Amino acid sequence: MSTALDRQSQQPPQSPRPTDEKPGPRRSARSLTDLVFRVRELSIGGALALLIFGTWLANPGFLDDQGVKDLLLNSAILVLLATGQSVVVLTRNIDLSVGSVVGLTAFACGSFVSGTQHSAATVLLLGTGLGVLCGVLSGLLVSFGRVPALVVTLGMLYVIQGTGHVWAHGRQINAANVPEGVLRLGSGSVLGVPYLPLISALVLAATAYYLRTYRSGRELYAIGSNPEAARLAGIPIRRRVLGAYAFSGAVAGFAGALWLARFGTVVADAANGWELTVVSAVVVGGVAITGGVGTVWGAALGALLLTTIGSALVVLKVNPFWEQAITGALLLAAISTDRVVRSRTTEALRKRSRQ
Amino acid sequence: MTQPEPAAAPAPVLALEEVTKSFGNVRALRGVSLRLHAGQAHALAGENGAGKSTLIKILAGVHGPDSGTVLLDGRPVSFAGPAGARDAGIAVIYQEPTLFADLSIAENIFMGRQPRRALGRIDHAAVREATAALMRRLGVDLDPDRPARGLSIADQQIVEIAKALSFDARVLIMDEPTAALTGTETARLFAVVDALRAEGAAVLFISHRLGEIFELCGSVTTLRDGALVATEDLDGLTEDDLVRRMVGRDLEELYPKQDTASGEPALTVRRLTREGVFHDVSFEVRRGEIVALAGLVGAGRSEVVQAVFGVDSADAGEVEVGGEKLRPGSPTAAMRAGVALVPEDRRQRGLVMEMSIERNIALTGLDRLGSAGVVRRTLERSRAADWAVRLQLKYGRLSDSVGVLSGGNQQKVVLAKWLATEPGVLIVDEPTRGIDVGTKAEVHRLLTALAADGIAVLMVSSDLPEVLGMADRVLVMHEGRLVASLPRAEATEESVMAAATGRSSEEAA
Repeated sequence: MSTALDRQSQQPPQSPRPTDEKPGPRRSARSLTDLVFRVRELSIGGALALLIFGTWLANPGFLDDQGVKDLLLNSAILVLLATGQSVVVLTRNIDLSVGSVVGLTAFACGSFVSGTQHSAATVLLLGTGLGVLCGVLSGLLVSFGRVPALVVTLGMLYVIQGTGHVWAHGRQINAANVPEGVLRLGSGSVLGVPYLPLISALVLAATAYYLRTYRSGRELYAIGSNPEAARLAGIPIRRRVLGAYAFSGAVAGFAGALWLARFGTVVADAANGWELTVVSAVVVGGVAITGGVGTVWGAALGALLLTTIGSALVVLKVNPFWEQAITGALLLAAISTDRVVRSRTTEALRKRSRQ
Repeated sequence: MTQPEPAAAPAPVLALEEVTKSFGNVRALRGVSLRLHAGQAHALAGENGAGKSTLIKILAGVHGPDSGTVLLDGRPVSFAGPAGARDAGIAVIYQEPTLFADLSIAENIFMGRQPRRALGRIDHAAVREATAALMRRLGVDLDPDRPARGLSIADQQIVEIAKALSFDARVLIMDEPTAALTGTETARLFAVVDALRAEGAAVLFISHRLGEIFELCGSVTTLRDGALVATEDLDGLTEDDLVRRMVGRDLEELYPKQDTASGEPALTVRRLTREGVFHDVSFEVRRGEIVALAGLVGAGRSEVVQAVFGVDSADAGEVEVGGEKLRPGSPTAAMRAGVALVPEDRRQRGLVMEMSIERNIALTGLDRLGSAGVVRRTLERSRAADWAVRLQLKYGRLSDSVGVLSGGNQQKVVLAKWLATEPGVLIVDEPTRGIDVGTKAEVHRLLTALAADGIAVLMVSSDLPEVLGMADRVLVMHEGRLVASLPRAEATEESVMAAATGRSSEEAA
């Protein structure tokens, strides 16, 4: 026992090492980190509420029926994409091809159904399948080809975009040719809530549940947190990373089909540039770009926040170019806060562990 | 060198037969055999770089052998990665904890093996409960729900041990599990291991504390330079016998230390602090002196020398070289003041592996090899050839890429690169890690000769015999603090380890 005492005596005066009868301080180690993550999500939620409230004060029209509906519709696809992106980012990778996948699948689905009477389900299936294909291709290159994700998905972004351009050849899909059933998916609603946000919420909740409750979901976190340890723990890293990309692709393809349903009129590079917005949303929402940390709920909140900023600026009649600057500033703020918070919690946890 | 009685012993649970493994030009294992029996604890002894870690990784399914076989219950197996070995009941505790910092302790222990409810859903409550039970069994008070981030090295090691205990391992392999533990924690670990052994588990134990080997194990296999020296019963063996088998020669021969008169201080470090990494570190190194910085993995030694050199910035404190204050956070300023840092990881930080030998040597002094920013090839080559001779470098052509050299020769190239700057203060971080004994002795001779020429040498090393054999003074760090400064006469394996594990605060400077 004397050795344990010696060990303490060189530390600054602290309460004695807690033993079995004193579980109090140990408990709080958990609540501390819990709190940090909850604070992270609460603060985004708070910022969102504040933004909505402020804009509503300036222009009450912002929150009328149509306003709310627009907000939900506008954010639905971004939330969906952020969910898929989060799963990839959690594994310490990134998928920059999502924007081009959305564009390509929207156009492909449009060409497929133009002038036919295919159902909405067929379109969604087609879009998802095409997305999985793109995702699997990226995933194979990243996981089995061992090429850095940034390069692979950037390449995929251009390949898919280029393919779309060549194929479309300047044409666009006209809403008039898209079957009624498909368009109803984009404009219809149940009990006043549009389908699109409902679908996004469903996918979001299912993904969150999966990530929390299934072994493979937890393994995605493990891979992002410490790849070497994941290897030693016998986690099939390549399969999991491939799976993450397939999921991200599937979600992007699915979103492409919804895009067609929502807008009817689409060009091949419809979602050009969205990949960066999606990544911003994910990071603002607290998913660490270095992997292993964050939730899809946070990412969805981030997506909601970015969309709302855009809409609010329009309502407030601010030059829309400010949107980009604000998004950027938010991104930097989020990353800096995360860094500071992380080093502070590490320090706090370290102190606890030495007590 | 008697073999354990083969007739009496039952078939080994896990065995290696004539296993060979190479990494590039380095032959890590050469025809090594090993047998682990149920209910017996076996020790693996050998110096750093003798091939112990490679052997463990083969048993753990991380590497496959180049030739030879792994036998499980007498049948040849080839594990499909670490998961395959784990499913066969082989638990490994690695020297350096491999935890997921962002995940909870419970998740760390059960990752990939979580108890599940219907439909494959993880039973979080069961995971937590099982972890709490493991913690009770180990007699430690760690909250299963706290993240691994910020755990002390000892606590991280405990999580690793809990991980190994969490499935009923038939074979338990421990690579220096006690290095970071206090006496009480070690005793508790040994009690648990003994219990497992009594239940029929085979144990393979590695420790540089020879006393522990004798305490825990019944037999020992000794490796030297990747080859098997002996497998024998520990009964009737002394610690000295073991050391002789590990080293294969006398220590004096291995560490040719010349006595040198130390001069005025060349490097003075005052109250250097980097928040959360190390605190209030002060020391000086005199001209002609070799000072070793010892401590456990994670004690903050490399971080200190990196801050001294300016690679990392310090939050407080100052560094003086030859009486002049050094601009903090600037490696360029440090180099100009005559400081050289030979980094720990030569592949990542010390060398450009694809570049030729001569280019690598020239990297630190490009402005001296030509004019107006243009490097003159002939100067570059002649300087490289010069150093190659002085350091007895073994190479094909100077234009060969560094990647083809053996580890020891790569280390010489790194040394040449930095010595070419004609430093007054030479900082070396793990100068002989992973290089063969012959080259090791050459590096030691070189360091000693440099000190004799009046260079101040600061050496970070985890190799205890090296520290004791080379250093005029041993500084010991424990969890970010300098806890002891031992003159050569007082530095022994026991005194250094005691300070490094935080057991002797009364010796703190």
